[in-house]
Amino acid sequence: MRQRLSSVDALEALRQELSQSRRRDKLTIVICHGTGCQAYGCKKVADSFLAKISQLGLEGKVVVRATGCHGFCERGPVAVIQPGDVFYQRLAPEDAGEILDKLLRGGVVDRLLYHDPVTGKGVIKYHDIPFYKKQVRLVFGNNGEIDPTSIEDYIAIGGYSALSKALFHMSPDEIIEEVKRSGLRGRGGGGFPTGIKWESCRNATGELKYVIVNADEGDPGAYMDRSLLEGNPHSVLEGLIIGAYAIGAHEGYIYVRHEYPLAVENARIAIEQARELGLLGRNILGSGFDFDVRITRGGGAFVCGESTALMASLEGRVGEPRAKYVHTVERGLWDRPTNLNNVETWANVPLIINRGADWYRTIGTENSKGTKIFSLVGKVNNTGLVEVPMGITLREIIFDIGGGIKGGKKFKAVQTGGPSGGCLPEGLLDLPVDFDELTKAGSMMGSGGMIVMDETTCMVDVAKYFLTFLEEESCGKCVPCREGIKRMKQILDDITEGKGRDGDLELLQQISGTLVDSSLCALGSTAPNPILTTIRYFRDEYEAHIKDKRCPAGVCKALIHYYIIEEKCPGCGLCVKACPQGAITFMGKKKPVTLDESRCIKCGACYDVCKLGAIGVR
Amino acid sequence: MSDRVVSIVEKYHHDRGQLVAILQDIQGEYRYLPKEALVKVSQILSIPLSQVYNVATFFKAFSLNPRGERTINVCLGTACHVRGAVRVLEKLERSLGIKSGETTPNLKFTLETVNCMGACALGPVVRVDGEYFGQMSIEKVDHMLEQFKVEWGTK
Repeated sequence: MRQRLSSVDALEALRQELSQSRRRDKLTIVICHGTGCQAYGCKKVADSFLAKISQLGLEGKVVVRATGCHGFCERGPVAVIQPGDVFYQRLAPEDAGEILDKLLRGGVVDRLLYHDPVTGKGVIKYHDIPFYKKQVRLVFGNNGEIDPTSIEDYIAIGGYSALSKALFHMSPDEIIEEVKRSGLRGRGGGGFPTGIKWESCRNATGELKYVIVNADEGDPGAYMDRSLLEGNPHSVLEGLIIGAYAIGAHEGYIYVRHEYPLAVENARIAIEQARELGLLGRNILGSGFDFDVRITRGGGAFVCGESTALMASLEGRVGEPRAKYVHTVERGLWDRPTNLNNVETWANVPLIINRGADWYRTIGTENSKGTKIFSLVGKVNNTGLVEVPMGITLREIIFDIGGGIKGGKKFKAVQTGGPSGGCLPEGLLDLPVDFDELTKAGSMMGSGGMIVMDETTCMVDVAKYFLTFLEEESCGKCVPCREGIKRMKQILDDITEGKGRDGDLELLQQISGTLVDSSLCALGSTAPNPILTTIRYFRDEYEAHIKDKRCPAGVCKALIHYYIIEEKCPGCGLCVKACPQGAITFMGKKKPVTLDESRCIKCGACYDVCKLGAIGVR
Repeated sequence: MSDRVVSIVEKYHHDRGQLVAILQDIQGEYRYLPKEALVKVSQILSIPLSQVYNVATFFKAFSLNPRGERTINVCLGTACHVRGAVRVLEKLERSLGIKSGETTPNLKFTLETVNCMGACALGPVVRVDGEYFGQMSIEKVDHMLEQFKVEWGTK
């Protein structure tokens, strides 16, 4: 166990010692251990490397480092070899020997490199891969550098230097001024200026104040907060301690979704380590400032991402929001001044303190500064987490970084902002992505989910999907949200079942207006966004459902029929086995099968199993 | 049972503010919230039972019914949804003979949905306890279930 660090000099001496022992010319195999790569079996890959290293007697010469998420989840398990930044993807345990062999004798294993889909050539270095090339990985980049369970790793790359700068060279007012000037806005969705929030909380009356990390990342399709907290928990913690010092808080909470066990675990380890080294607790680094943090697991309610609901849940009550005529910075947790920011917002703070507001302001657009991490998912080739400067266009993100649409299909829409956001059509692909532009287009930044949809996605179904989600997650406290969402969902149920009527769209818009005006919290007031944007940009699809009783994308069950495309069917019989209803009959080899529509439940099993495209849907 | 409940509440120093965490630990122990445990918590913390029940039924993480040995979570996040998660869910319902939210009569499996588990790149994704199954399809469902039947010796 290391000794508590009681001064800045002690921290710097430790950093010196650590960075020397961690010199980068030692051969290091950095293996991503994010949730995605773990699901793909990265632990077995790491074990295999370790076994090979010991078998070849290379201990001490080659090091294996397990890090957090590198972002390119599509290609997991991924590894980077240092020095040299060679990027390997889709690794299997059997590949370890070959990679080590090349590592020692020179060269690369071509078959495990990322191959450019156009030229077919292997790309060696990770920053030359199109997925990474356009990214600016300020907040997220260190995920690939450090073992998240090692505070030494974080300190070695400069960790906690912003904290010591803040504690010893800046007054709380100066810190707040710096954050204000940086233009940092809340990354959780609202985009409220962080510095102003801090200032209000600092100025609020009350001896006891709290700071909270909102890691209740509930937007479906967004997982950047998870990956940050899992992959670089100390950066969040460092930002939080700086914020607490600036605001004058001595207690903090990290509120994490219970669906994120690894984030809870890594945050817990980080807190313990920081306490041990005297970076948390009494008299931090000998500065006289006291601060400590607790972790609380959420109970699985989306609405708890809303600040007042989150605080209610922290107090052991049900997570219902309250009207915010008194802001939480004045009366929040236990009725005391409370400053809540999202994971990514806190992680931006050390950067701003270290490199200054002037530097930070050079990135981004006029009113949205810095970078934003998006989870680029859905029907896109390169799914994963991408960090880009504000102002980049949707097209650049989806086509340059994301590599375009899966399976050569046609782009239809991109959904941003989760259930509070909207669906944007092809015509808006050149929209610069920042807080204000997305809001103007009827969507919002949200926490950064970016779900790409292609021609096989039904936009009415997507709108219904979000309403189903919100109906389930509405806490039920206020009438507009509880009843309004329910009624809108009923209307959409009817439309997708072929029972839509003239005037349905107008009625949806009317109810939407009521929700926007009179809901208690943002869950209700932004709930209409997915409906309003899909009506605005994809009205023809709604009309096809209502007037022609047809689902053009072939999704809405009540409106579709499966059929056999005879000229494509070789009678292989795979679909016959897959059909749970016995609705498909084998007619003999090389003869097309037949489908009895009266028995078909439209489960889609035949459609999924047929690789020849012989099952049609209309 | 009451001893275990008492020790969990003690772990949180009888702090009423930790009610959610206390219930989470009880659920971790029994895989659901038995009625007796809720009554006990209400007595020790002097919180009305109605309020404990309110919290226990508000949050999705809690169940008042016994759960299976293994919980199968089907992610219905947006990314999984557009990649066909509903079909995977329906296939699981057919294979297990239960609906989402139910437990098989032999208490082996509980089938649930989750509104996003933050593993969007793997979509559609299914999680069985701590284990993730990515890029699921109708075809892969039975193969996945076989694994657990073999583990229990029922296959």
